[in-house]
Amino acid sequence: MSGILSLVTFLPFAGVAAILALRFLGQPGERTDTAGKWIALATTLATFALSVKLVLDFDPANTGFQFLEEIPWFMGLSYRMGVDGISVLFVLLTAFLLPLCILASWKTIDKRVLEYMVAFLILESLVIGVFCALDLIVFYLFFEAGLVPMFLIIGIWGGKNRVYAAFKFFLYTLLGSVLMLAAILVMIGVSGTSSIPELMTYQFDPGLQTWLWLAFFASFAVKMPMWPVHTWLPDAHVEAPTAGSVILAGILLKMGGYGFMRFSLPMFPSASELFTPLVFGMSVIAIIYTSLVAFRQTDIKKLIAYSSVAHMGFVTIGIFSGNVQGEQGAIFQMLSHGVISGALFLCVGVVYDRMHTREIAFYGGLVHRMPFYAAVFMLFTMGNVGLPGTSGFVGEILTMAGAYGASTWTALFAATGVILSAVYALSLYRRTVFGEMTNPALAQISDLTWREMVVFAPLVASTLYLGLQPNVVFNITGPSVDALVGAWRAAIAG
Amino acid sequence: MEQLVTVLVFAPLLGALIAGLFGRRIGDIASQSVTTGLLLLACGLSWYTFSQWTWHELAPFTVQIAPFITIGDFQSNWAIRIDGLSAVMLVVVTTVAALVHMYSWGYMAEDDSRPRFFAYLSLFTFAMLALVTAADFMQLFFGWEGVGLASYLLIGFWFRKPTANAASIKAFVVNRVGDFGFALGIMTVFWAYGTIQFAELFPLVAESASRTWDFAGQSYALVDLACVLLFIGAMGKSAQFFLHTWLPDAMEGPTPVSALIHAATMVTAGVYMVCLLSPMFEYAPAARNVVTLIGAVTALFAATVGLAQNDIKRVIAYSTCSQLGYMFFAAGVGAYQAAMFHLFTHAFFKALLFLGAGSVIHGMHHEQDMRRMGGLWKYLPVTYAVMTIGTLAITGFGIPGVDLGFAGFYSKDTIIEAAWAAGRENGIANFAFVVSLLAAGLTAFYSWRLAFMTFHGAPKWGEHAAHGHDDHHADAHAAHDDHAHDDHGHGHTPHESPWSMLVPLLVLALGALAAGYVFVENFVGEEQAEFWRGAIVNGPHNHVLHEMHEAPLWVILAPLVVSMTGLAIAWWVYIAREGMGARIAARRGLLWTFLYNKWFFDELYDATFVRLARFLGDLFWKGGDQKLIDGFGPDGVSALSVAVGKRNGRLQTGYVYHYAFVMLLGVAGLLSFALYAFSRGG
Repeated sequence: MSGILSLVTFLPFAGVAAILALRFLGQPGERTDTAGKWIALATTLATFALSVKLVLDFDPANTGFQFLEEIPWFMGLSYRMGVDGISVLFVLLTAFLLPLCILASWKTIDKRVLEYMVAFLILESLVIGVFCALDLIVFYLFFEAGLVPMFLIIGIWGGKNRVYAAFKFFLYTLLGSVLMLAAILVMIGVSGTSSIPELMTYQFDPGLQTWLWLAFFASFAVKMPMWPVHTWLPDAHVEAPTAGSVILAGILLKMGGYGFMRFSLPMFPSASELFTPLVFGMSVIAIIYTSLVAFRQTDIKKLIAYSSVAHMGFVTIGIFSGNVQGEQGAIFQMLSHGVISGALFLCVGVVYDRMHTREIAFYGGLVHRMPFYAAVFMLFTMGNVGLPGTSGFVGEILTMAGAYGASTWTALFAATGVILSAVYALSLYRRTVFGEMTNPALAQISDLTWREMVVFAPLVASTLYLGLQPNVVFNITGPSVDALVGAWRAAIAG
Repeated sequence: MEQLVTVLVFAPLLGALIAGLFGRRIGDIASQSVTTGLLLLACGLSWYTFSQWTWHELAPFTVQIAPFITIGDFQSNWAIRIDGLSAVMLVVVTTVAALVHMYSWGYMAEDDSRPRFFAYLSLFTFAMLALVTAADFMQLFFGWEGVGLASYLLIGFWFRKPTANAASIKAFVVNRVGDFGFALGIMTVFWAYGTIQFAELFPLVAESASRTWDFAGQSYALVDLACVLLFIGAMGKSAQFFLHTWLPDAMEGPTPVSALIHAATMVTAGVYMVCLLSPMFEYAPAARNVVTLIGAVTALFAATVGLAQNDIKRVIAYSTCSQLGYMFFAAGVGAYQAAMFHLFTHAFFKALLFLGAGSVIHGMHHEQDMRRMGGLWKYLPVTYAVMTIGTLAITGFGIPGVDLGFAGFYSKDTIIEAAWAAGRENGIANFAFVVSLLAAGLTAFYSWRLAFMTFHGAPKWGEHAAHGHDDHHADAHAAHDDHAHDDHGHGHTPHESPWSMLVPLLVLALGALAAGYVFVENFVGEEQAEFWRGAIVNGPHNHVLHEMHEAPLWVILAPLVVSMTGLAIAWWVYIAREGMGARIAARRGLLWTFLYNKWFFDELYDATFVRLARFLGDLFWKGGDQKLIDGFGPDGVSALSVAVGKRNGRLQTGYVYHYAFVMLLGVAGLLSFALYAFSRGG
């Protein structure tokens, strides 16, 4: 039809082409690098504009997939694209964060600048593809290929232990993807189709569902990441450059949650029901365990990385709650966490760029020299804590409400996360921002630059706006989520 | 009327935004004027609304502003609910807030970040107004945590002080423990009744009072369960027993903050919530017993701790804690009206005591230790006068026969009589009654002790030598260092505060004098039903407000007798035999040590929860993540490919490309093999 989805997905490649042309035709040097940055920024902004148009044109009342594209490929496979209320906002989130990532890297990346920009553009394209794909094979390609640029970003532009981190990341995700691929093949073999909409109504034999569910679970659980397959995340974050962390926490983690909602629930409903206690158990362990671990961290980025795992625990609880409050809360929590955790990693980046250390003990008293930074960091800390008025609250309270509807035990344990998040987040803030400035190395540290303020402004605005008017999200996701929950309930009952 | 209350609620927010965002640009005076002006506006509108409610039969109404969260039955709106309860709270909140804004002009005059201070104060006021005007649980929770945020920011306002930072986090976290219960309570209500709107909820509760509900593997009476969970939230916010530890530490914040947030308004939010939910609590006898018990224990506990404290603000903080206990057990025995009445009068005299203490601290150049005061009445005559009024009010001084007394006399005696009436049939209420008399005596003792140590006796602020033979040298010194700036008070003569501080004190003194006398009939007397107009519900079997009038003479006289006894002992110990208090303290008896250390709650929590969290955090991190998961997982695997493990540091970036390339090839290879196999098979 309109082809807008393919356009959004592959638009970043236009930027890639332009930068590559620059790379091979232009003189290596700072001017070329700057030109590459501008190309990348312009491309991502154009993609963002297009994704805004996509959301505006999206018809929330329609519960089916929209903007469908279908091009026959070979061997009965097709290139199929389409979005519904569940996926469309993730496209927007991705396109929203990418320009900020480019801006945040403006001064901090000094080697292989053009390659860096290319890696981010390719990453954007592949991630958007994940959320638009309506064919299993196409989805798998986007899903797995997206790891490669991320792997490169960590492995090339990362910190000291980048190879270890990249390797760990690679091992974990490899395990998941092999199993998922096997499951995909079985699904195609059994059902005779690779079309996601058709598979969503196809009824697999319950015994087979169990195995397929587990195979997909392996992949998505690693991506989320769920306890106990989360240990790659802190290392990956610590080593990744700031913008890499933003994408990792902001978007890549959401692919797991999205996968659960797109595949596990509609395609394997009875297996999903069967394994709900397992998911709940792993999620509450994640919330309590990683919150406590976060509390003991000495590295700012690790602390925030562990807090991400805890927050993703709320998401998985919400997804498997089986009621609209939980599902809506899960989607909202993913979007909100995308904004808030992205912003928190940017906050770390601000001081890291100036001091080149992430040791909490190194800092203290930043508020004296950086009042704007202190205010921004406070806002996102409160968002992380789930204070009402920020978007963090809405996702947290709704996923907990959803959990309560499914299992009061789960809600009881998950609610302890409300206490623990306050402990680690506020103590981090206190140790870095408040107090006397005792470290002489900080004496000349400077407050946010204009460029940094431009990066933070949209994040601040969306955290507050989503926190006060969350219905803008629910209006779009509502009908699709109702349909998802309705279908799941019907499948379990029938 | 609708526009009027909308302006009322949003005026403080506007002030907070202007002072917070543009404070640096427009300057200190402009920020202070804007916030204070808007607060005075809100205060005027509140009194207008309140007078319309009280004397002109304004009908309850709700202004719908915008939808907040709408998902299925989970429907929440931004709204302004005006009824008897919120009308009372509006005047309490805005009056104290406006006076505290004015007072801060003088008190904070030397501080270099006044716009921030005034912005926080106004932000707090807005959040508190959102709380009291909420029409559903989500907005209530929004205000609830919003005031928590403001409290956190203001306790830690002097962020250079490590103690202030620690206290602010403690306040937030302990409140979160309460909110944990509160959130679960909201969810129970939602799943049991399918709504979080008060107006829809209350009739449903009455219709199905005997439902049971399964929670965490146990079956409970539904209304009891919901009410107990919600009450846990109230315990956190109102610093009740077990969750009280944050309130004394919150005194690290500037004194106007203590008066506004930690005495008159925010900490009473829990009481307000219980009264607001009276249509639920009336059907939850077990939950009400819990409320009564916790309230009574808090009233007694905090009063005992207050006996042995030396920091002027901490004494008042424990006194607040204790008075909140009174309010809770009043609500617990079913006399919600009495709880609200005490909340109302307490706001005046407690704000008065705090701001008076602030005036003393200001006049003493940031000295807070009462052992270094004495004889101040000569130097701070106005402060002395108003503090005496406040002390008379909190000790509930009045003459029972002619029914004439200070504000606390009316409200506290009503509570005591209500507890007596309920206690005839209920053992826990009877316990509360006994406690209420005991605590009244203790209140009188510590309140007069404060007054005597501060204003009477020999001046102790001139003596540098006092340091030498002061047996609490260490902690006296700590108190001395509390205020980093401008702390060289010893050589100076104490001075009376400026008019910007005295005027609010005089206004509050008027409240402490008259608030009880003027409003007693409306709040708890003959006219109470017309006054509340359904905002507070008394169940069909709840006649406590009538039965309390049957109280015999000894019950009516007992409060006066015990408070006079408390006064007499305080006079004996601190005036007639001056120095006796110090000698008792110096002996460090078992009881004194126990009270001085606040029943060792901080130590207990530190040894259990804090240490457990640290231990588990380290265990999970180093044992769980690093040894178990990584050891058997990725590190174990990578140990097999020795090259990676060993050459970690030396690897060139070029290798990364190789890996990536291999990854891509792998994806492509796997996929093509799979497709090939699939096409052959299918």
